[in-house]
Amino acid sequence: MQFTKLHWRQLPLLLVVGLLLMPLLVVFRSLLSPDLALWQHLLATVLPDYLQNSLLLAAGVGAGALLLGTSLAWLIVFFRFPGRNLLQWLLLLPMAMPAYIIAYSYTGLLDFAGPVQSLLRDFFGWRYGDYYFPQVRSLGGAILLLSLVLYPYVYLLARSAFASQSERLAEASLSLGFTRRQHFFRVTLPMARPALITGTALAMMEAFADYGTVQYFGVPTLTTGIFRTWFGMGQQQGAAQLSALLCTLVLALIYLELASRRQLHFYYTGQSHNDIKTHQVRGIRGYLLLLLALLPLLLGFVIPALQLAMLADWAALLSNDYVLLLWHSFSLAFAAALLVVALATWLCYGLRLNRHWLVQLLIRLSAMGYAIPGTVIAIGVMLPLAFVDNELDLFAEQYFGVRTGLLFSGTVVALLLAYAVRFLAVALQGIEAGLGQIKPSMDQAARSLGLTPLQVLWRVHVPLLRPTVLTALLLVFVDVLKELPATLLLRPFNFNTLAVKSYELASDERLADAALPALTIVLVGLGPVLLLTRALDKKSSVGH
Amino acid sequence: MKRQFMVLLFSSVAAFVQAAEVNVYSARQEELIKPVLDKFSADTGIKVNLITGKPDELISRMASEGRNSPADVLISTDVGRLYRAQTQGLLQPVQSELLTKAIPAHLRDPQQHWFGLTLRARPVIYVPGKVDPTRINTIEDLTKPEFKGRICIRSSDNIYNQSMLAAMIASVGEAKTLEFAKGLVANFAQPPTGGDRDQIKAAAAGVCDIAIANTYYLAGMFDDAKDAAAAKAVKVLWPNQQDRGAHINISGAGVAKYAPNKAAAQQLIEYMVLPEAQNWYASKNHEYPVLADVAWSPVLQGFGTFKAEQLPLVKLGELNAKALQLMDQAGWK
Repeated sequence: MQFTKLHWRQLPLLLVVGLLLMPLLVVFRSLLSPDLALWQHLLATVLPDYLQNSLLLAAGVGAGALLLGTSLAWLIVFFRFPGRNLLQWLLLLPMAMPAYIIAYSYTGLLDFAGPVQSLLRDFFGWRYGDYYFPQVRSLGGAILLLSLVLYPYVYLLARSAFASQSERLAEASLSLGFTRRQHFFRVTLPMARPALITGTALAMMEAFADYGTVQYFGVPTLTTGIFRTWFGMGQQQGAAQLSALLCTLVLALIYLELASRRQLHFYYTGQSHNDIKTHQVRGIRGYLLLLLALLPLLLGFVIPALQLAMLADWAALLSNDYVLLLWHSFSLAFAAALLVVALATWLCYGLRLNRHWLVQLLIRLSAMGYAIPGTVIAIGVMLPLAFVDNELDLFAEQYFGVRTGLLFSGTVVALLLAYAVRFLAVALQGIEAGLGQIKPSMDQAARSLGLTPLQVLWRVHVPLLRPTVLTALLLVFVDVLKELPATLLLRPFNFNTLAVKSYELASDERLADAALPALTIVLVGLGPVLLLTRALDKKSSVGH
Repeated sequence: MKRQFMVLLFSSVAAFVQAAEVNVYSARQEELIKPVLDKFSADTGIKVNLITGKPDELISRMASEGRNSPADVLISTDVGRLYRAQTQGLLQPVQSELLTKAIPAHLRDPQQHWFGLTLRARPVIYVPGKVDPTRINTIEDLTKPEFKGRICIRSSDNIYNQSMLAAMIASVGEAKTLEFAKGLVANFAQPPTGGDRDQIKAAAAGVCDIAIANTYYLAGMFDDAKDAAAAKAVKVLWPNQQDRGAHINISGAGVAKYAPNKAAAQQLIEYMVLPEAQNWYASKNHEYPVLADVAWSPVLQGFGTFKAEQLPLVKLGELNAKALQLMDQAGWK
């Protein structure tokens, strides 16, 4: 199983990874020509702030998402209380809420001029300065709001990790004198660690890449710094160098994630169990649990969604534009999800088969796109594609006397490539973790029975991985649905998506007009969340 | 055989790009441009293809597409970006008597690469009763100690602030502009957050007494049931009326260097300075028309007439990076 030499059969894999790395190369190439004067200016003025805020934001969101996601998954898997069956998928809903939308929504509610503070003032007769109220538009506010929409990453992975553990383990622990609580902290949690860390790392990468929220809140981070240096100062090089700095932070994160996983190897024994003992909580305590578990859902979804629904101009629902928007968003997200998950499955399998350091390294690197602001990736996709197009055009003109114009730039191909670069990590992390739980002896058995490596993938791994693959599809679908900057920059003529539409309006400070498309993103995201959770549940109850 | 096939393939691809149409890269968002474009199509029979986006990204896209770029017209909501596109060689000069007659000289490129289509102003907005308007004659007056902790303005990330400071550098020089930026930061009521509307709302709610914001944001708030009360609580004050005039910026357009439909592109820009289109902008988005004899919206009329900066707007583009560095130095987040 342990091939350590590079085989020619790895060539297609390396080529695809190369294509995915291209935008990142465009970013890193800038490091070759540092602009000292600019860096001196940045260091003396804003860079320490950028770094500190980016790190605090990522750490805060990581901690928030880990805490919320793990405790919710624990409640759902190990306890039975009123509403639990409904809640276990409702808790995924905040994932469909774009971060910049929740930021606009809560600012409207909680800032000085908003209804909450106005009501307080009217009620108590206070005036400005008479009382303390936390400022929403702050680093702390950004951490809270991002945690609220990102915890589902941890929740989703933690839930399946908890659910896949056998009750026989618990019996073993108990027979060795552990209490239930000790069993959870000393067996269940450590065994779920790969999944927890993966989910947390995803949330942290999203936090690193966030632009919309921190920009609106006036929190200077590396991402806002990139935009400022690039667009404000017209220094594309300097901006690319800041992006490279951001990439370095993310690489460190990916390395930590890997290192933490390397020490642990837990394998499925090939059969899954559905014999987890759940604790029935009745009466008032059951309802209290329900209330507790409802809280993140209320804050991360219901309240902002209701606010949007109240603001929305429902008459626009009937327009042709609207139907077209829906179709564009849905089809694009679906196609991208299929593409990205197929790529990720293939790459992970390549990683399993080939332990050559180059393959390992390149695939790791290709996951970095997740933490890079979409705009940077979009530029990284746009430049090489346009270059290829222009060269082809020249070539065709020279040899055939015809001009081809732009073949890839400004088409859906460019968009799909950008999505693949940006969201590969989402699918990669989950699938790799899933694949890691399948014992290598399964491959060996299948190979010894005469299956080719691809047949092993298709007939052994994919069926075993079904829940993981479906989860990855869902995550990428929702992410693409919300994706804004790359879509904005690379889309073809007359091609709008819901995210583009809602952003345009919200950025012009017209939240009321932005409400309907924003709400629709959330609603379109709901369908797949529902379908896939049902598929996941069915799978886990039937067993293998 | 192979060669024939290639020719066929390539020419069928090339055939896509014909028919009467014009391709627009617009930094002005769809809501605020589509109606005019639709009207243009209806009147001329020329189909308009549209991509909207952030101005710098559209410029990057045009630059990377090079001579194959389908873009015919670039529309921007500030002059800095038009200037940037011009310096990157992405625009071409247009000789149009209609445009040079309709648009005052300082609102277009001296070499006719770009043309201002509408005007927006950035005055001082204050809460009557709390601020004595006679204490503010110039924007520089806002740095006086008496206004400590009373001023709201958005982040220096914002292009309108960058342009405002760039214009100031052009008029009074770097040293005085830095002094202004430092003084203003010292008088901030809160760290800069949110957009222009948020500053006005903060002033109305009592967080600060003075806000700096673009006119069309304030005007738009009157149309919005939720924000109208805040808009009514404040008043517009035009600074620098005795010297250089209040700060203004433009939205404008230029014809792309490699425009495949150059004639239609010029026709479209000319269409936008016809009284009808100018009227639409003035009433729908509360921007000041560049055409002298088009009526302002009633809300804009309520803000009063003012003396505007006469600076060639091209300066704002040239000095944008400098302005941002000064704001970094002043600690303007």
